[in-house]
Amino acid sequence: MSVTMADVSVNIAEQRRELPAKEHRTILFDVRDLGVSYNENRALDGVSLEIYANFVTAFIGPSGCGKSTFIRCFNRMNDLIPSAAVDGTILYHGEDLYGSQVDPVEVRKRIGMVFQKPNPFPKSIHDNVAFGPRVLGMTKGLDERIEKALQQAALWDEVKDRLKASALSLSGGQQQRLCIARCLAVEPEVILMDEPASALDPIATTRIEDLMHELKKEYTIVVVTHNMQQAARVADMTAFFSVTRGDEGQRTGILVEYDSTSKIFTQPSDSRTEDYVTGRFG
Amino acid sequence: MSAQAASPLRPSRPRGRWAGRLFGSFLVLSLLIGFLTLGALLGQVFFDGYRWVDAVLFFEPPSADPLIAGAEPAILATIYLGILLLAFTVPLGVGTAIYLEEYANRNRWYNRLLELNIQNLAAVPSIVYGILGLAFLVRGLGLGRVLLSGAMILTLLVLPTVIIAAREAIRAVPDSIRQGAYALGSTKWQVVWRQVLPAATPGIATGSILGLSRGLGETAPLLLVGALTYVSFNPTLLGDFTALPVQIYQWVARPQEEFRTLAAAGIIVLLAILLALNGFAIWIRNRYERRW
Amino acid sequence: MATREAAAPQPLRLRATRRRWGEDVVKVVLALCALVSVATTVGIVVALFLPAFEFFGQVSVREFLTGRNWAPLFEPPSFGVLPLIAGTLLVTACASLVCIPFGLGSAIYLSEYARARTRRILKPALEVLAGIPTVVYGYFALTFVAPLLQDIGLPVGVFSALAAGLVMGVMLLPTVASISEDSMAAVPRDLRDGAYALGSTRVQVATRIVVPAAISGIIASFVLAISRAVGETMIVLIAAGGQPNWTWNPLQAVQTMTAFVAATGQGDVPTGSVEYKTIFAVGATLFVMTFVMNVLSIRLVRRFREVYE
Repeated sequence: MSVTMADVSVNIAEQRRELPAKEHRTILFDVRDLGVSYNENRALDGVSLEIYANFVTAFIGPSGCGKSTFIRCFNRMNDLIPSAAVDGTILYHGEDLYGSQVDPVEVRKRIGMVFQKPNPFPKSIHDNVAFGPRVLGMTKGLDERIEKALQQAALWDEVKDRLKASALSLSGGQQQRLCIARCLAVEPEVILMDEPASALDPIATTRIEDLMHELKKEYTIVVVTHNMQQAARVADMTAFFSVTRGDEGQRTGILVEYDSTSKIFTQPSDSRTEDYVTGRFG
Repeated sequence: MSAQAASPLRPSRPRGRWAGRLFGSFLVLSLLIGFLTLGALLGQVFFDGYRWVDAVLFFEPPSADPLIAGAEPAILATIYLGILLLAFTVPLGVGTAIYLEEYANRNRWYNRLLELNIQNLAAVPSIVYGILGLAFLVRGLGLGRVLLSGAMILTLLVLPTVIIAAREAIRAVPDSIRQGAYALGSTKWQVVWRQVLPAATPGIATGSILGLSRGLGETAPLLLVGALTYVSFNPTLLGDFTALPVQIYQWVARPQEEFRTLAAAGIIVLLAILLALNGFAIWIRNRYERRW
Repeated sequence: MATREAAAPQPLRLRATRRRWGEDVVKVVLALCALVSVATTVGIVVALFLPAFEFFGQVSVREFLTGRNWAPLFEPPSFGVLPLIAGTLLVTACASLVCIPFGLGSAIYLSEYARARTRRILKPALEVLAGIPTVVYGYFALTFVAPLLQDIGLPVGVFSALAAGLVMGVMLLPTVASISEDSMAAVPRDLRDGAYALGSTRVQVATRIVVPAAISGIIASFVLAISRAVGETMIVLIAAGGQPNWTWNPLQAVQTMTAFVAATGQGDVPTGSVEYKTIFAVGATLFVMTFVMNVLSIRLVRRFREVYE
């Protein structure tokens, strides 16, 4: 299913998104020459970009280009994979996320994550949202915190009468919003979303996208998506990743182009970007 | 043109059909051998022993006179052993399982050796554990042939089974749950204690009870670690003891007919205990186990 | 033209507030739990082989392994272990006659012939056989099987390798059946479908396709059952006999290695005497035999897992 330039331009024009000028943006993450290897395989190489506060930034690209690997660098989830090695720098508020003294738990307190397939804990709705605050010691005013998180995730009205019910009794879309609420309950600064709507039906997807618009007022959002139209709908900045092949046929992900969404979709600088967004490949 | 011409769809090789039937009968016979034997065994036990399952059996100590002999010390010892077994094997077994599944780096040689070691221990003959107990606990440490020695040796014997069962239960918890918990800022122990273990508890409980049931039926190690002559007083932690399976054996080994029937009665009690335990374990599994 | 670095919302502290001692303690405690199993193995090896070495300092290995007379208490004592090994192998052979063909037969039935619902009932029912304590099987062998063998005219006494072996075979039948059935279940449907589509009968598919494909798991189950038969104590202690007997006739009474260890270990043998050490010498021999078989069986199981999973 190919999206023509014309379709996308119309969408962008309709949304008339205006980004603040460069001088007024604040840099939250400064990524410098980041690479990731799994044992001998170079999964990602030489990525440099800046993520701006209170923006929605999308990573798009064909499958296997390292988008998920990249986003997991921001909250040090790649630490959990023994064979993964990260090189390069990510500065968060000017401090290196991978510094020797840095505690991943502290990182994840501030930088939360929502996964592709909703993964509610096998507990009640209340205990799901309460889990984060409890393990991090934020036990004061727990009930208010939970209500606020569920409201921000646009789930409160649907579950307020059955907080003790099992989280697994919710629909897929509700479960994903619950996971978002769970993430919000610890009051992070950043929310990373790894293809948050790919397991959901179109209506649930729309609700998640609306949420992203709301949430970016208070949070910074980074989202991986394989759906270009979604990126066009929600993202302020878009990074396009692709794959290069090495001499022996190994696939390594690289960053091709990073710019405002409207520019990526209407006037991409790189021909590879243009090929992708017009559906010539990918 | 006869319509009786051989239909092309009939089996063309009647001998093949007989071979098939013979083979099928052999298979059914295979199953029958098992179940018929089970029936004969249970029948033999019940008919032999049911008249002797009475208050005397439960509340009298053993004696040289079969009419007044009972199995009270043995039954009590089995119950105490059961409690001690649970208290020892569950923490050790679950702890080992958590270490292997959540903390150990699979690439390190010593962890792989550890896994192999547990698999081997699960298949060591039970009498070898008895020898171990004899050498170290009874003679070596001088603990003697006491209940505690028996409990410790049975623990070592049952431990590999519990470890393997606990590992299965822990492994069955989907990784997405762990990822979700880590992403919220949990430490490793918080993930294990608050998410993995609660989710794995039904499987761990089932495995532990099945291991316990196996341990309570063991006789050989206790022959080497238990009392030498028959015990006529109730067991204490550091006193002589005879567990129910050993008591049964001691009765079976006697030539008199009455002792054989007493043994059968003891077997009925033992089987009842094991049936209750296994039934409980299965109930837990059916009621609480989650299908991910 | 410089863009501003975002000022951190709270004082930014990516270092841990305090070192998480708890996590290190937990890891140490758990590793200690795991070490218990290592200590067990070390203990077994030390407990068996140290006294065994001492024993072989007094008794030559050659006499031990080739002598046909086991009489450690006689004057002069003889230490030929062959009668005990023969007893063990005799009982094991009788057990294998039952558990191997009928265990495999049960497995084939469960895997290829039974409906899913039947299998769900039969498989656990078979496990019941495996859960009955061995002392109960010993009682059964003595009180039911031995008289039965006499009734059908066999010249057996109260104790015989045959009575014990047959019962042991039934006890081990679920072991063979369960592991063989698992390995047959792992054979992909496509293989069977391909054969059926060519017009094979169920017998042919079972014997020519499934069993060969699952063979390493099946052999592993045989090896494991034999290993368990060698290591079994109570059935032979009660029903096979208490006198070492150098014979290959299953109708006779024999003493196995395990029965010898159990009988001697029950007695009040003085620590450090040669008699005491025979427990360990025989125990070590037993351990080596079962260990080799167990390693083989684990290797075979791993191989069938690798092929299909």
